[in-house]
Amino acid sequence: MSDTETYSAAAEVGQVRLRRTRRERAWIELKKAPISAWFGMIIIAIYVFVALFAPLIAPYGEAQVFAVPYAPWDSTHLFGTDQIGRDVFSRLIYGARNTVGIALVTTLLSFFIGGGLGLIAAINRARLDQFISRAVDVLMAIPSLIFALMLLSIFGANLLSLVVIIAVLDSTRVFRLTRAVAINVAVMDYVEAARLRGEKLGWVMRREILPNIMPPLVAEFGLRFCFVFLTIAALSFLGLGIQPPTADWGSMVKENASLIQFAQYDLKAGLTPLLPAAAIALLTVAVNFVVDWFLHKTSGLRDEH
Amino acid sequence: MHPVISTVLQRLGLGLITLFVVSLIIFSSIELLPGDFTQAVLGQSATEETVAAFRKELGLDKPAYVRYFDWVGAVMTGDLGTSFSGRAASGVDRSRSVAELVGPRLWNTLFLAAMTAVIAVPLALFLGISAALYRDTWYDKSVSAATLTTISFPEFFVAYTLVLLLATLWPVFPTLANVTPEMGLWDRIYACSLPALTLTLVIVAHMMRMTRAAIISLLASPYIEMARLKGVSRSRVILKHALPNAWGPISTVIAFNLAYLVVGVVVVEVVFTYPGAGQLMVNSVTSRDIPVVQACALIFAATYILLNLIADIVAIVTNPRLLHPR
Amino acid sequence: MSTDQPQGQKGDILVDMREVRIDGYSDERWHEIVKGVDLTLRRGEVMGLIGESGAGKSTLGLAAMGFARPGCRLTSGSIKFDGMELRTAPESEKRKLWGSRIAYVAQSAAAAFNPAHRLIDQTVEATVAGTGQSDSDIRQDAQELYASLQLPDPNNIGSRYPHQVSGGQLQRIMTAMAMSPRPDLIIFDEPTTALDVTTQVEVLVAMRDIVEQFNTAAIYITHDLAVVAQMADFIKVLRYGEEVEEAETRKMLESPEKDYTKSLWSVRALEKPESKSDDIILSIDGVDAAYGNTIKVLHDVKINVPRGKTVAVVGESGSGKSTTARVITGLLPPSKGDVKFNGEPLPEALKERNKDQLRRIQMIYQMADTAMNPRQTVGEIIGRPLDFYHGLTGKAAEKRVIELMEMIELDESFIDRLPAELSGGQKQRICIARALAAEPEVIICDEVTSALDQIVQEGILKLLLRLQEEFNITYLFITHDIAVVQAISDEIVVMFQGKVVEQGLKSEILSPPHPDYTQLLLSSVPEMDPDWLSNLMEERGEISG
Repeated sequence: MSDTETYSAAAEVGQVRLRRTRRERAWIELKKAPISAWFGMIIIAIYVFVALFAPLIAPYGEAQVFAVPYAPWDSTHLFGTDQIGRDVFSRLIYGARNTVGIALVTTLLSFFIGGGLGLIAAINRARLDQFISRAVDVLMAIPSLIFALMLLSIFGANLLSLVVIIAVLDSTRVFRLTRAVAINVAVMDYVEAARLRGEKLGWVMRREILPNIMPPLVAEFGLRFCFVFLTIAALSFLGLGIQPPTADWGSMVKENASLIQFAQYDLKAGLTPLLPAAAIALLTVAVNFVVDWFLHKTSGLRDEH
Repeated sequence: MHPVISTVLQRLGLGLITLFVVSLIIFSSIELLPGDFTQAVLGQSATEETVAAFRKELGLDKPAYVRYFDWVGAVMTGDLGTSFSGRAASGVDRSRSVAELVGPRLWNTLFLAAMTAVIAVPLALFLGISAALYRDTWYDKSVSAATLTTISFPEFFVAYTLVLLLATLWPVFPTLANVTPEMGLWDRIYACSLPALTLTLVIVAHMMRMTRAAIISLLASPYIEMARLKGVSRSRVILKHALPNAWGPISTVIAFNLAYLVVGVVVVEVVFTYPGAGQLMVNSVTSRDIPVVQACALIFAATYILLNLIADIVAIVTNPRLLHPR
Repeated sequence: MSTDQPQGQKGDILVDMREVRIDGYSDERWHEIVKGVDLTLRRGEVMGLIGESGAGKSTLGLAAMGFARPGCRLTSGSIKFDGMELRTAPESEKRKLWGSRIAYVAQSAAAAFNPAHRLIDQTVEATVAGTGQSDSDIRQDAQELYASLQLPDPNNIGSRYPHQVSGGQLQRIMTAMAMSPRPDLIIFDEPTTALDVTTQVEVLVAMRDIVEQFNTAAIYITHDLAVVAQMADFIKVLRYGEEVEEAETRKMLESPEKDYTKSLWSVRALEKPESKSDDIILSIDGVDAAYGNTIKVLHDVKINVPRGKTVAVVGESGSGKSTTARVITGLLPPSKGDVKFNGEPLPEALKERNKDQLRRIQMIYQMADTAMNPRQTVGEIIGRPLDFYHGLTGKAAEKRVIELMEMIELDESFIDRLPAELSGGQKQRICIARALAAEPEVIICDEVTSALDQIVQEGILKLLLRLQEEFNITYLFITHDIAVVQAISDEIVVMFQGKVVEQGLKSEILSPPHPDYTQLLLSSVPEMDPDWLSNLMEERGEISG
């Protein structure tokens, strides 16, 4: 430390870092990611790959029926066949496409609704916010699976009502989060500065608020996806979600559940219903691991503070 | 009025309003049914008279608000209406009252939930608090990793894995949770052991993580540091300084998870064909037996609202700022 | 703590720290934040530990107790308290000292008291646990301590809860809590930083007197040299975790050895020669304002701002000075009165003002951190008003951005940086450039220097003065710091509880006779004179006596 330094603004030492492009920064962060996050990302990549190329990977068709129902695991049918003689392995692969795809679409829809309304409510804190917030409070006072069951009994268990009902119910949580984080950003001085400059609402939202609420929203997307995915799987398991003959993991568990009784005689047969359940569990675990790391990374909140 | 009382009253009022709106939503669900649903219920061959009689019984000839108040009034006295099932086109009515259908099953569901709560709540609090106290030790890390994994599992995955292990490969517990009203308490507990274990595993993970987070944020407060710097012993820091401020957060965690139990119980009941309200609701949704669905939804929603209300009230009455106003 | 008290009278060394090194954990690695500091304190002495943010003074102060905050670790060196090594001692051993022989007074009393317990219970807790005295004797003694700390109703105030008493009172109760076990050493960690100046004086006096009364040794940590001068026998200056110098208080103030020490009061050396003008550019005319419809925060506020001059608005928290700024900018439409710009009334609400009206009044904020979008580069931040008000884009805009950056003494290499890659002073300069980009006539500066270290403050103030000369900009300068007022203003407005107490030229306001409140405010500002507090108390005693 020198005692005779003269003051100059440019020399005032900040944490002067090298400037890096966004991609370089992302890569540096990735390299530091813990094993659990890497594991999660690899699993997600595999699921995406399987979902995209399902017809090329699957040995048989999605609804192709063979002569022997409940065939044991062997070389023709890797995981045997189900109660009406469809190849379980092929259905598992198609299930990646259907179950994950539908959950993804539902989550996107839920973010479109909840995120949009949340942003509007955060900026326009007047009556609109009051109204939407109260409505959301009430919707959230009913457990969403129960609400979904009730609505499905009215609209019938078809794919469209499933997606819309789950998306709308789930969007309440997206709304809450978006509104909360957007309000935190909206009270920042830079947002006030933009308003004082005379910027239009749309500009303030797009340029000042949205980029700053992306990290929590991305993390929430992961968590919401898991929740939606599990809800749809649960409904399908209950026979009220994705309907046959579409291959879907939730309904596959239900269809093959009785095989579990035979585990004493043939352990493999007993494992069959657990395969689709494990496929669901593995994906949610993977997403949770990645989100956990991402949250830790972006929140800047560490345990001790 | 003392601020605690007025805040509690406010919260109660809010709870009542919520319940009112929820009941409105549930009631209006029947309004959303397509016009020909009576035909669907009674069958294609139903005569016009039977259809008309049925519509009249449902009160569809009266304006909606009158029906709403009739319905609410009836619900208050315990009359939940009559099931759609058992109706026939001929007009012969073998349907049963909803209360009669739901009553015993609700009791079963409450039994299962209570049994789970008795195991899960103390266990989760113990794990959560100890993980927070011994933060960043191998104990904390392994408990946290294990719970992060289990919260990702669908209930049926946990359920069937337990069935495979504890009912089929090593038959310790029964696969199906058949309970009957005549059963003794111990038999009942034995029959319920697998479903209760499944629910416990699922909610302990949630509750433990939330408890840990709540305790950690509490322990980070400056007054805890101050207490340490006063040389207060570790146990006294926890009991005297942290605990009085922890009731609010902890009761919120418990209520949240018991409320979660209400939802989780549906799937678990179906897996173990447990004769509870959740399974009844699923069956009724499949058969579109609207009065039963409505009754179940109302009961589940009311439980959910009540639990959250209790948590809020605990948080209010343990808040020193409200207890001792300026 | 009179400085003529012979040092080391009680002889033995109480705290002896040698080559102490402390690491802090951030950005996923350990950084050294205290780099081998020695510290010696004898019984009955008060040491001032002074430095700017990041100097490691709090960390070092806590280390004297053998304590490291979570995320910090005492890596090496030796910390001896009364001969006992604390750095390596187990917490159970240290706990026997804490609260009985060493006590701690925290910065924020409001957060450091447990909301669930009565104040008296917290005051005596450590003493009851640590000594064999009877509970009632200790409580009796605590009430006497309350009394000697000038707390109102000393026999009953202890039965209240923390949220039921004021911040200044809480800070004094915490001092009583520290004093209750009659410790050998008290660590004061910025105990008055969160308080208003008029409250600060009362707390300072109370703390000084009680430390003197019981002849307790103390380490007083602060960033404010004038405050520490009143409290300490000698002062140690820290910077970047290293010792700059240590000297007896008077000697340090009269002839500091190091330039850095001098820079700690650099702002006090600045003084703008005032000048008068009757060309009023902005006038606030009888403005009332309220939040909601109920809480009235401004009462008939009248302020005239002459063109090309600086009007400083001073007052404590809650005086309405920031609300006045919100009324001028249109964020809070007044319930009565109006704001005139160049003689024309401005539309009350922000929405009704046109681009040109908005352009002419710009604003700079206290926290430069939150005043810049963390996701935009410096170039984007300065470039936006150019595009928005003047339609400059592309090459022309970039050229102008670089010109503006030269004006604020930063070169163009900063243009691609994000705010997180700038230091505090650089951030505030970028905010100034953003305001300049609009080519405004009036800039409202809301506490723009109060979050900055002294030497950086000086740089910013000089920059603002130079820009005023070059572009004839008018400043409305909101601040609570009288040194800053001296440095920058032509005129002063004093505000109290939402009302203007007086407005006038700097020389008029700062020299007597004063209205009561101005007198109280001005006399409460600590001066670089170790006798200031004693003299002030004498004066006030004479007036009231």
